[in-house]
This record gives sequence, structure tokens and C-alpha cells, in this order.
Amino acid sequence: MTTTAATPVFYLTEEEHHEPGGFTNLGFWIYLMSDCLIFAVLFATYGVLGASLAGGPGPRDLFDLSLVALNTTMLLLSSITYGFAMLAMHRMDQKETIKWLAITGLFGAAFIAIELYEFRHLIHEGAGPWRSGFLSAFFALVGTHGLHVSFGILWLIVSIVQVRAKGLIPANQRRLTCLSLFWHFLDVVWIGVFTFVYLMGVLR
Amino acid sequence: MAIEQHIPTTFLFGRLTWEAFPIHEPILVATFAGVVLGGLALLGAITYFRLWGFLWKEWFTSVDHKKIGIMYIVLGIVMLLRGFADAVMMRLQQALAFNGSEGYLPAHHYDQVFTAHGVIMIFFVAMPLVTGFMNFVMPLQIGARDVAFPFLNNFSFWMTVGGAVITMVSLFVGEYAQTGWLAYPPLSGIANSPYVGVDYYIWGLQVAGVGTTLSGINLIVTIIKMRCPGMTMMRMPIFTWTALCSNILIVAAFPVFTALLVLLALDRYVGTNFFTADNGGNPMMYVNLVWIWGHPEVYILILPAFGIFSEVTSTFSGKRLFGYSSMVYATVCITVLSYIVWLHHFFTMGSGASVNSFFGITTMIISIPTGAKLFNWLFTMFRGRIRYEPPMMWTVAFMLTFTIGGMTGVLLAVPPADFVLHNSLFLIAHFHNVIIGGVVFGLFAGIQFWFPKAFGFKLEPFWGKVSFWCWLTGYWLAFTPLYVLGLMGVTRRMRVFDDPSLQIWFLIAAIGAGVIACGIAAFLIQIGVSILRRDQLRDTTGDPWDGRTLEWATSSPPPAYNFAFTPVVREIDAWWDMKSAGYVRPTSGFIPIHMPKNTPAGMILAGLAVVCGLALVWYIWWLAALSFLGLIGYAIWHTFNYNRDYHIPATQVTATEDARGQLLAGRA
Repeated sequence: MTTTAATPVFYLTEEEHHEPGGFTNLGFWIYLMSDCLIFAVLFATYGVLGASLAGGPGPRDLFDLSLVALNTTMLLLSSITYGFAMLAMHRMDQKETIKWLAITGLFGAAFIAIELYEFRHLIHEGAGPWRSGFLSAFFALVGTHGLHVSFGILWLIVSIVQVRAKGLIPANQRRLTCLSLFWHFLDVVWIGVFTFVYLMGVLR
Repeated sequence: MAIEQHIPTTFLFGRLTWEAFPIHEPILVATFAGVVLGGLALLGAITYFRLWGFLWKEWFTSVDHKKIGIMYIVLGIVMLLRGFADAVMMRLQQALAFNGSEGYLPAHHYDQVFTAHGVIMIFFVAMPLVTGFMNFVMPLQIGARDVAFPFLNNFSFWMTVGGAVITMVSLFVGEYAQTGWLAYPPLSGIANSPYVGVDYYIWGLQVAGVGTTLSGINLIVTIIKMRCPGMTMMRMPIFTWTALCSNILIVAAFPVFTALLVLLALDRYVGTNFFTADNGGNPMMYVNLVWIWGHPEVYILILPAFGIFSEVTSTFSGKRLFGYSSMVYATVCITVLSYIVWLHHFFTMGSGASVNSFFGITTMIISIPTGAKLFNWLFTMFRGRIRYEPPMMWTVAFMLTFTIGGMTGVLLAVPPADFVLHNSLFLIAHFHNVIIGGVVFGLFAGIQFWFPKAFGFKLEPFWGKVSFWCWLTGYWLAFTPLYVLGLMGVTRRMRVFDDPSLQIWFLIAAIGAGVIACGIAAFLIQIGVSILRRDQLRDTTGDPWDGRTLEWATSSPPPAYNFAFTPVVREIDAWWDMKSAGYVRPTSGFIPIHMPKNTPAGMILAGLAVVCGLALVWYIWWLAALSFLGLIGYAIWHTFNYNRDYHIPATQVTATEDARGQLLAGRA
């Protein structure tokens, strides 16, 4: 019961300083990992069903690699331009940030447009998602990625509006950082899709 | 009632027609009448006592982790009544359906009852209760003001409620799934379940699942980032440790379930071939994926219960927990192992001897860290000054009951034995043995233990003991016969029986269910009696059990800001250390405290999600699109609100703390 030297400190007499929203990055990371698991399930599904053609067309009959290369280029470029937006943000250059965000969105939109064209083409050829287990898994995996990118574009637009309205305040910087993580994450997933679905599909 | 295959759909109402309302089923009509009368009485009472504003301002829009935790627990208890009603109906049906009798439930209804029972008990009873405890207790234990993302917490809660609402609506509009609680295809495919049951299942769980995943992320970040100074990982209370592991499992498992439900929905709505038996689909892939989620899920439930038992055992033995670090490592081991045992749920799939051996062995290995935990609790009790208050009674009963359940689990982990016992009532007895004997007992121990912290008065012990003894004897009466029947080869989910010699066992099980019903009634009486006698049961100290962890350092109920000054921790069992080292409560020098503002956004978003889910169930496409756009639009609008926090002024903190000082001095 006796204290030898000084009375021990049991509490802080000043409020701990937490950066408002200082946990957002970690939280968003963990969210991305949970999203990663959704993609893991879809990749696994594709791995299981990828050869279940049910007498229908296979990857070699369907995939046009030059189109996919173009598509991939769009997405990779959008990642670079998002990087430029973040550099501009750290320089607190609002105009440049918005400009690069807009360019990123345009590349993303080009990616989605090409993907939609590809989907329309496949369905038109009778290779829709209901044709076989392989095509179900293909459309689910690539389509889920496409939905994510579309959502990312919507988020980009909202971010541009918010940066214009409020400037590069800490809250907006935090949001742009999260979107940056999200956008690059989708790029990484696409590398997997590109390799695992398209390249290996055509090789098989 | 068999549903005709081709239901006409209209633009305005989709496939919702008058036939969807089960007005010719007397059981459902009577239930509906009961629910309407009860609901009207409740709403009337709230209106009469002018509680709407209070509920809205203080509870529904609250971002306070303590209030959200309590709301989760209330949701769990309410849904327990529904899930238990289903259980009683099953026990009654199986006790009656002998000697040519069909029982009283038609097959279509009975199949919905056993499906709803499983879904509700896991997703809307056990999960909300566990999440509620993690929400209420954990931030207090780590000396935090709130969770990392308070608004997200509110949203998660309302999404869980939304899932429960969708599931409950199926009782009176349409039907629920008749597939069993995991909705295996091809039975759950559109060809074999063409009506709305499986769709209710999918959207109810999808809405709730979003809430669960987000809450998991939130609580992980809280534990990692918001521990008070000095609280290293190896000084965290065991309940916080189990909460951390449980939430890691949530984040690592629920996305799998989310993706899986999307794929099942695509099969049903779009006509894809993921789990169909033809066109290259693979139904066994569903079974694998659902258990990759499902097995961690049972550990999501049991780990926090282990945490509760650890806190209770050391508190009521008056000793530090024996083997703290081994307890932590055991918890982490279980967390990892729980992810590599899923295949033991379907040894009979025919994966071959090597695969089955691997999963059989990993399953048996889980019993080692679990056994280590049991010995830790026993050694904590050894030479302790044990106080047999209700929380401790539940804990001791758990140790006995759960051990037996664990042993039958090891038995089932042996693949050849599992080939005999697969899908038998032995399995049913086993998992009820560990879920009731582990999770439910843990949750009741937790309610008895932390109730005074939450409401400022203890629960009345007499009715608590009645409830305890009814549950314990009721449990054994209800499930020992199922072990016997399972060993005799009786399979699960049967509606009628041919062999009259089995009836006696089902009768005993039904009596057991009746005794458990008394246990639930006694628990509700206990709460009522405690509220009436709250002045005698008042806890003025904030530390009614001579506790050891930080939640007992603050008042009961804790103020909105939890601790006027952030505690500094030097030891495991921080509050015990503070008490023994001569801690003096600060009475002056208070400063303003930064807190998040309340918001109705969580409720509105979840409400829109419910509308969207119901519209999808009934093929009301315009409404689904509209509510989905509303959901996105409202979420975007919400992000334009940058002004989300405020300060509690120092004068108010001083007033609150002075009031507590008076209470402590007995002058209130």
C-alpha cells in the first residue's frame, strides 16, 4: 500500500491529442483487406470453375488480348495520374490536384467503357454469364472489379466537388489518401485478373 | 402451402400478391395478432410516456459505444424469444409426430421453422449479444472515450437491426427459406426454391453482414490505436484480447460470406451457373465457401465468451488470472487454427483420406489451446476465495458443460466416426452443447456481471439463480436424448418418425425445452424485479464485484466520456493495481472533452437498405433501384457534413464528477 518514491501516475491530466480521424488510414487498410478477401473468393471461384465450359466457348475463343492490353494500359495510366494528384496535394496545389483527379477519372471511365464493350460483345456472341460455369465466374470476377472502379469514379467526382468547396483541408486530404489506396488496390487486383484470367486463359 | 411455380409479377408490386399473406395459416395469424397487439401496446406506452424524443435523442441516434452496446444486447434478447419459439415448435412437432401422426406442422412450415431457428440464433441472437458486449465493455477496458469510428458503429448496429427486420418480415409476408440455416444449393437454387424464402435469407443476411464486417474493422482499429498510455498488448484484459481475435476473424471471414451470398443471388436472379448442378456449376464449392466463413464464425462467438469467463473467474476468485500469457497465446492459436478446419463439416463429401486426415488432425489440435484455457481457469480458482454469485455459477456450469461438448467434438473430428454420425442428432447435440454451454452461458455470465456497470444497479440474485438452474437442467434434459438418438442413427431435420420406440427420447427433450423456457422466463422476471427494486440494488461505488479491470474504475453507469482523465496503466489488472497502490480519484482540474456528435444517418441508411432488400426479395425493381440510389445519394450527402464533433465543457465534467463524489461519499 505504500509507495516508495513518488506517487505513481494513474491518469493523464491533459487530454491526449488524437489527430481527428487519425485512425482512418488503418481502418481503411483493414477494409481493403476485407475487400481483398471478396476478390480472393472470386479468384478461387474462377480457379474452380474456369475449366467448366459446359460445351461452350473457352478463354481462347473469347479473349481479345489487344483489347485487354489497351484496357490495362488505361487503368495503369490512371494509377500514375492519381500519383500525380497526390503529389500535387502534398504541395497543397489545389488546381493541379483537381486536374490530375479529373484525368484519373477519365482514364477510369475509358477502362469501364472498354470493359462494357467487351461484355456486350461477349453477350452478343452467346457467351453471357449464364452460358457456363466458366463464364459465370469470369463475369463475376471482372464485373466485380469493374463495379469497384465505377464506384471509385463516383468517389473521384465527389472528391473533386469537395476539394473545390472546402479546399485541401485535412479531412479532404485524408479522404483523397483513402481513395488513393482504393484506386491502387484496384490496379493491383487488375494485375491479378489480367494475368490469371486473360494471359493464362489464352495460354491454356 | 405449396407455392405455385409461376407467380405473376406486376410492375408496381413485383411478385407481391395477396397470396403472400398467410391468412389461412392459423398459427401465423395468431402470432401476427399477438405481435400486432404487443407492438401496439409498446408503441402506445412509448407515446403515452412521451419517450419518443428521449429514445431518438439518447439512443437511436447515439454514437456512444455504451448505448450502442446495450441496444445490440436488447436486440439479441428480443430475437432470442423468436428463435426460442422456433425451437419449442420443433421439439413439440418431433415429440408428437409418432404412430402415424403428422404432428401439427406441415412440412412447408416445419422446414421454415428449423431454418429460421438456426439463422436467427446465430446471426441475430449470438452475434448481436457478442458484438454488444465487445462494444460496451472493450473501450472501457482499454481506457478509451469511444470506438475509433463512432458513426460507423451506429450504422453497423442499425444494419444488424435491418437484417433482423428483413428476416422477421418473412414470417408474415411470403415465407422463409426451407433449406436449413446454410442454404446449400442445389436446394437453395431457383429451380428447387423458386419462391421468396431463400431471397429473404440472402438479403437479410447480406444487410446484417455489412454491419458485422464494418463493426469488426471498427473494433480492431479501436483496440490497436486507442489503448490508454501504458496498456501494452500484453497488459490488455483477456476479454479485450478475445474481442481483438474475434474481430480479426470477423474481418477475415465475413467477406467470404458476403461474396458467397452475391454468387448465390446471381444464380437465382441472373441465371448464372456457380452452384447449379448443370452447365458447369459446382454445388460443393458453395459448401466449402460457406464453411470457410462458417467455422471461424463459431469461434467469433466463443472467443468473447471465453473472455467473459476469464474476467469472471479471476474477479470472483479474487486472484489474478492464472497463466495470462498462455491464455493470450491460446486465444491466438485458436484464431489461426479456426481458419484451417472448415472441411470437418463435410468429411462425407469424399475428399479422400489425406484431405480428411489433415482436417481431422487440425480439428483435434484446436482442443489443445482450448484445454489450456480450461486449466488456466481451474488454476485461477485453485486456492482462490471463490464467491458463488450468479456470474460465477454460469462460469462453473460452463466449464463442466463445455468440456463434455468439446469431447464430443473431438469424437466427431475423427473422419470414420463422422461418417457414422454426420448430419445425425448427435451432431445437433454436440453443437448445442458447445454453443449453449459455451456462448449462451458466457453471455448470461456477462449480463449478470456487467449489468450493474451498464445501469447502476445489480441484478436481483434469486431469480438469476432460478434462471441459471432451469437453463442448466433444461439444457441437459433437452440435449442428452439427442446424443442418444444420434448414436442410434436418427438424422436431423426430420418431421415425422416411424419407430415408436424413439418417442420417449423426444418427449424428454421437449420437457427439457420447457425447462429452458422457464429459465428464460425467470431471466425476464429477474430483470423486471431488479428494476422494481433498483434502489436496494443500487451500485454507488462503480465497482460492485471488487473488479480488476478499468471498466470498474469509472462510475456505474459510466458518463458519456467514460473517464474524466485518461487512465495510465502499469500492470495487467489495471484497476486492481490502482486500488492496491493507493489511487485517489481526481476531483478538480477537469478539462473539456472532445466527443462525436449524434446523428440519424446510420438509421436512415439502414432503413433504405431494408427497403432495397425487401424490394429485391419481391422483384419490385423500381423500388430496389430507387432505394439503392437513395442509399448512395444519402451516403454522399452525409460526407458533406464536416462538422461532426463537439466538446463537453469542463463545467459539465466537473458537475458530473462532483455528483459521483457525493454518491461515493454516501450523500446522494
